[in-house]
Amino acid sequence: MPELNTSSLPDLIFSILFFFMIVTSMREVELKVEFKVPAGTELEKLERKSLVSNIYIGKPTREYRAKLGSMSRIQLNDKFADVSHIRDYIQDERASLAERDKPFMKVSIKSDKDTPMGIMTDVKLELRKAWALSIVYSATQR
Amino acid sequence: MAKGKKKVPGLNGSSMADISFIMLIFFLVTTSMDTDRGLHVRLPNPPEENQQDPPKVKERNTMVVTVNMHNDIMAKVGNSEHKLVDLSEIRQLAKEFIANKDNNPKLPELHAVELPAPFGVQNITKNHVISFVTDRATSYDLYFQIENELYGAYNELRDELAKRTFGYGYNQCNEDQQLAVRQYYKCMISEAEPKSYGNQ
Repeated sequence: MPELNTSSLPDLIFSILFFFMIVTSMREVELKVEFKVPAGTELEKLERKSLVSNIYIGKPTREYRAKLGSMSRIQLNDKFADVSHIRDYIQDERASLAERDKPFMKVSIKSDKDTPMGIMTDVKLELRKAWALSIVYSATQR
Repeated sequence: MAKGKKKVPGLNGSSMADISFIMLIFFLVTTSMDTDRGLHVRLPNPPEENQQDPPKVKERNTMVVTVNMHNDIMAKVGNSEHKLVDLSEIRQLAKEFIANKDNNPKLPELHAVELPAPFGVQNITKNHVISFVTDRATSYDLYFQIENELYGAYNELRDELAKRTFGYGYNQCNEDQQLAVRQYYKCMISEAEPKSYGNQ
């Protein structure tokens, strides 16, 4: 029986590898809150990921629930945060952008469906005070 | 020159596949393929310290959508009464309110406004405001759905207008056309600070 020629297998795998490297993006933070974003119809794609800062809002994941309870929490970068930390966070994020990109900064709010609006409004008020006015409610296409 | 041809031993490449497999798996694990989509919203400027009273808006120029803590939706369109509505009705109500096609005296007043070409002078409801009030206990999901419907109303009107004037949808328009269409139906959604009935 002739042996199967596998000399092209590495090339094949490499192409798959490159495909994945291009279409995916590195996961930046470890999520400490659980969220299921709402579904909508009027959504637009988020261009230029480097200009986007994320705010996660949801219930703490199981391992943190014993300590923090199951109230909705805000996560900025890798830490749980308070509403009052948002302004500093935005300022840090803005400082890390190039000068010409600063006006195009966007804040993506990834919030759980069941979050009460009280928290959302506090977050929005802080964002307004930090002059981060261009925001995106992250959602899935319905 | 060497006398005899020296044979270079071929590099054994059979483990290359394994190496690339490992790299492939590494990338599969550490990356995510989420294409981030969302509803783009522009927030108003921060509230000022010595804020003056907001400018008075005529009753017929306002559409008020209110959601309470039990997630009931109430809408008041122009001069009509408050009434309980369903989520699916909001888009149609908002579209009628924004356009006011037959110059209904209960809906926003029409003003002749000079718009960029190809529109010229048009009667539009330039002073209309959609006000959206939520309670602190309203769920984010419902808030998002209503916001989605309101923006959907603007998008549908813009799309219809683009089809009427240019013959193709808003998304196919070039930037100038989109700008003109956007000025025709300008997005005026105002979100009041949520009320909290009963202290927590």
